[in-house]
Amino acid sequence: MKLLTHNMLTSHVKGVTKGYPLLIKATEVKVSEVEFNPNFVSRMIPKLEWSALVQAADGLGHLQDLPAELVTDYEKNEEFLRKVHRVLLEVEVLEGCLQCPESGREFPISRGVPNMLLNEDEA
Amino acid sequence: MRFLAGCILHGNSNMAIHCSRTCLQYLIHLAHDNVDFRLPEIRSLLSLRGKSFDPCENFKEKSPFWRLNGLSEEDVNSIMARTVCAKSAFELWGHGRTHSELRTSLLKYPTENMSPFLQKDSTYKINVYTFNKTLEFEDRIKKIDAMEYLSFEGRVNLKNPKHIFCLLEDYGTDPNNIPDEPLYIYFGRWIADGQRELIRSHSVKNRHFIGNTSMDAGLSFIMANHARVKAHDLVYDPFVGTGSLLVACSHFGAYVCGTDIDYNTIHGIGKASRKNQKWRGPDENIRANLRQYGSEKLYVDVLVSDASKPIWRDGMLFDAIITDPPYGIRESTRRTGSQKDSVKPPEDYVGDSHVPVSMAYHLSDIFTDLLNFSAHHLVIGGRLVYWLPIYRPEYCEEMVPLNACLRLVSNCEQTLSSHTSRRLITMEKIKEPEETDALAHLSDPHFSPYQGHNAFREKYFSGISKRTLTGKEETNKMAANGGE
Repeated sequence: MKLLTHNMLTSHVKGVTKGYPLLIKATEVKVSEVEFNPNFVSRMIPKLEWSALVQAADGLGHLQDLPAELVTDYEKNEEFLRKVHRVLLEVEVLEGCLQCPESGREFPISRGVPNMLLNEDEA
Repeated sequence: MRFLAGCILHGNSNMAIHCSRTCLQYLIHLAHDNVDFRLPEIRSLLSLRGKSFDPCENFKEKSPFWRLNGLSEEDVNSIMARTVCAKSAFELWGHGRTHSELRTSLLKYPTENMSPFLQKDSTYKINVYTFNKTLEFEDRIKKIDAMEYLSFEGRVNLKNPKHIFCLLEDYGTDPNNIPDEPLYIYFGRWIADGQRELIRSHSVKNRHFIGNTSMDAGLSFIMANHARVKAHDLVYDPFVGTGSLLVACSHFGAYVCGTDIDYNTIHGIGKASRKNQKWRGPDENIRANLRQYGSEKLYVDVLVSDASKPIWRDGMLFDAIITDPPYGIRESTRRTGSQKDSVKPPEDYVGDSHVPVSMAYHLSDIFTDLLNFSAHHLVIGGRLVYWLPIYRPEYCEEMVPLNACLRLVSNCEQTLSSHTSRRLITMEKIKEPEETDALAHLSDPHFSPYQGHNAFREKYFSGISKRTLTGKEETNKMAANGGE
């Protein structure tokens, strides 16, 4: 699971109102090289919840020098875009789980794939 | 007076040159399959260039030849770089019902438009294409020789010419009634070929990971085009299966993600869909499919999830949503939730020990949920493209689900049998959802889910029972093919 996806996921446990962002409990994380595409990163930035991204990267120990606040005029700032690219697409949680911050319910991640299914009594 | 006259003359000659370049017509030669899907595909690709579809007089949608106005050569190259419906495009120099009319038309074509391509120091060749007729080699040569009224100054080079010209003769579309003389003739400069080669290169037959309902390559590229998928987009498929639609979208440069309720399919484990293969290998999953075609860098994620559940936070996250929801025939429709009778997991289930109980996900709810999801999570101007299964004897346009935030762009039918078909529906988001939208169904019945879709499975099988197979045999046959 990449942090781009994590940034868009929320807990849908019945009755939960503050299900975002999900907490990441990772047992295996992989960093791989993915071709940098400044256009894609630029277009994604306005769609992101920035503080959730920073929090998630930090939690995994991969924050490095990503700024806590979104920088202005980022479209032309290649250095900044590269930092965002690394965190969005190059850091992957292979094993672990996503935890609902309100109910504590855990959604397992195995082989890089989160399982968001709830049981019949929770849905 | 003289000064004024000079200005007017100057103005006129500029206008004449300007008009002759923009009044260029382009001839598109289209393939004869998926006929209903062609116009929406070309329109969608034109709109990516900010251009509208402007055909010449006597436009016939079913014809393999379309003459279009108002385009530049760059527009045409862009379209041909994406289309799987069109075979080739030509800059049209002349046309007519007879060779005599063609000649008149060609001699009227501005010489300043022709001369850049007929230069002494360049090379060229002339192809003769005849549609619905085979022509002997000598006859082809005769037709080329008859074009000598055009001043070709360059040298002929059959292997690697700088410019290619084509004489195209249309002998109609009825193979049982081929006329002696062509019905229509065109002559033009070849610009580009379409992407029909993708149908072969991306064929599901050669794909690492497939399932029973993997979308055929041609249709998946058509869907990506109807959805106006472009580079740097983020595209989502909520019923992703084996990822065929993601393969097509990533080919056009979009980043892709998907979800599916089926754990085995998402993880690429369990029984194989190929004949002679029992279990899936380690390299059989959606990510491997993208890797096969060189688009792994565009793979975002796939998740196991129920499409009816809200796992995505609020916001306009996706540029396009492209999907083939289950019809309840070969793959059953499912969702999590309580049900009186519990469902046993299939024999080959190798996943988690706890299996969430599946209940029948009514087809009509799938579409309402899908449209509602799209209204909330698409960007403005983003498109939803999906297949709607139809029981033909009952079909009427009112069955196509609507949503206050989405406008219907196209509705193309693909016949599956005498009594069933599926329709490719394309919708475009025009506004953000408002509080009052939830009440829209009270005033307009189109917004209420059409309940007739729920009985699709029964209607599908009732039709079959009228033929030699009984419904039960067909169900068993389907089950043996690996349906859930």
